[in-house]
Amino acid sequence: MRYNWNWSVLFADPYFGWILSGLGWTFLVSICAWIIGLTLGSVIGTMRTLPSKTARTVAAIYVEVFRNVPLLVQIFLFYFVLPELLPREIGRWLKRDLPHPEFTMAVISLGLYTACRVAEQLRAGIVTAGKGQANAGLATGLTTAQVYRLILLPLAYRLTIPALTNEFLNVFKNSSLALTIGVLELTARTRAVADYTSQSIEAFAAASLIYATISFSISGLMRLVEKRARLPGTLAAGSR
Amino acid sequence: MNKNMIIRGALLGLMLACAGSGAVAQELYGTLKKIKDSGTIIIGHNEDSPPFASFDAAGKPQGYSIDICNKIAEAVKAELKMDNLTVKFQAVNGQTRTPLLINGTVDLVCATTTNTFSRQKQLDFLNTMFVTGNRLLVKKDSGIKEIEDLKGKVVSANQGTTNEKVLNELNQKLNLGIKVLSTKDQPQAWAALESDRTDAHMTDAVVEYGLIAKAKNPALYMVTGRLLSFDPYAIVIRRDDSAFRSLGNKVLADLYRSGEWEKIYTKWMSTIGQPLDADLKLLMSMQNYPD
Repeated sequence: MRYNWNWSVLFADPYFGWILSGLGWTFLVSICAWIIGLTLGSVIGTMRTLPSKTARTVAAIYVEVFRNVPLLVQIFLFYFVLPELLPREIGRWLKRDLPHPEFTMAVISLGLYTACRVAEQLRAGIVTAGKGQANAGLATGLTTAQVYRLILLPLAYRLTIPALTNEFLNVFKNSSLALTIGVLELTARTRAVADYTSQSIEAFAAASLIYATISFSISGLMRLVEKRARLPGTLAAGSR
Repeated sequence: MNKNMIIRGALLGLMLACAGSGAVAQELYGTLKKIKDSGTIIIGHNEDSPPFASFDAAGKPQGYSIDICNKIAEAVKAELKMDNLTVKFQAVNGQTRTPLLINGTVDLVCATTTNTFSRQKQLDFLNTMFVTGNRLLVKKDSGIKEIEDLKGKVVSANQGTTNEKVLNELNQKLNLGIKVLSTKDQPQAWAALESDRTDAHMTDAVVEYGLIAKAKNPALYMVTGRLLSFDPYAIVIRRDDSAFRSLGNKVLADLYRSGEWEKIYTKWMSTIGQPLDADLKLLMSMQNYPD
């Protein structure tokens, strides 16, 4: 009962190339999904605090739906079920002619899921920024849009940087689910190396190390951003 | 002279005694020792590879590979003279197989594992228990006959399998420009083919017959093309354990010799409409080494 350690397998051809290309896809999926998540999440989060009841309801429904269905199920629904529900021609286009269907669908579903989480973070940020700020803004003659653009959102983003960093890290980890629809990202490639070579422990150790490195780098980077973005006299700075 | 003979005689006696006692209580090692000490043999198996290894209605592992492993468990029981040997089952897959085998969680793996030299660096295999190879699973009306017909089409193969490796290699060698979809498992590959997302699925022929047998409308599908690889399936065991390996191989040889293997074959392969062909029978009979 002994394990033949062979770390060199990770650097052997073609396995090293697989891991690198897997890492590339992991970054691509995560960053594209994050762009969707942050943009759409900001819109939905803002809608949840608007005076309009319709806007609030629509946003609340969005959040509830995407938050309560497991991400794995969402990916499956988008990839396998959606094309069958659409008209035949569009469904066929989604399955066949869409460039990189697996990648695109993974990015969209991960992006939409992340959006609902970003929305909640941002809503919390806007609420924390306070009614007082908003009322003061309105009293000086600003429109609601201006209050959001000039006062509430800049404050809310600053306040939620730690929470958003956490979401950004989650996107990287969640991106591994893209392998279930055939995106050969880092985890998928690691599994392949493990199966081809039977050196499972080395392969998964390498993957863990890579994911951990990504996480540490991002949190380090975001701490710098947080420092630079801090406003003197606001809640975040005041609490220190 | 006399004295010398006495010494020689004594030495000879000593040697015989040693040899004799050695034969009576042969030192157990490796897997057999572990089984003897724990009173349990743990069979690792696939969950979703009928007719080789899957679950029956009661949730018990069943299939061609499982039948053979049960025979091995019986032989271990007889060899170790342990009437109360417990047989346990533990599900594994391509990624967990190696660590679970090496850390002793399972003692052998009964699945559809192809014996390859890369895997032999870490694991050991019993003699071949089945032979199949890659062919193409297509819809009958697709007009696809051979791999060359797949130019520019979308073909799936499961992630991390030898099938995926063969597909990628042929794609490059024959310059086919195939778009490869790396599916997670057989049900997903089937869903992709059924919904026209892919034009063909590449996997072991015997698995393809199994998939067709389970289809809603089996008449729509077929297995086509020449054999694109040679995949000998074998039971996986730990390396450097020749006592356990030879016990396992003897079980296989006895099955091939006695004709019992044909019964196991027919029992499981008839469920996917695959009669035993002469080639396979010959291949197996080549492994019934004498006792």
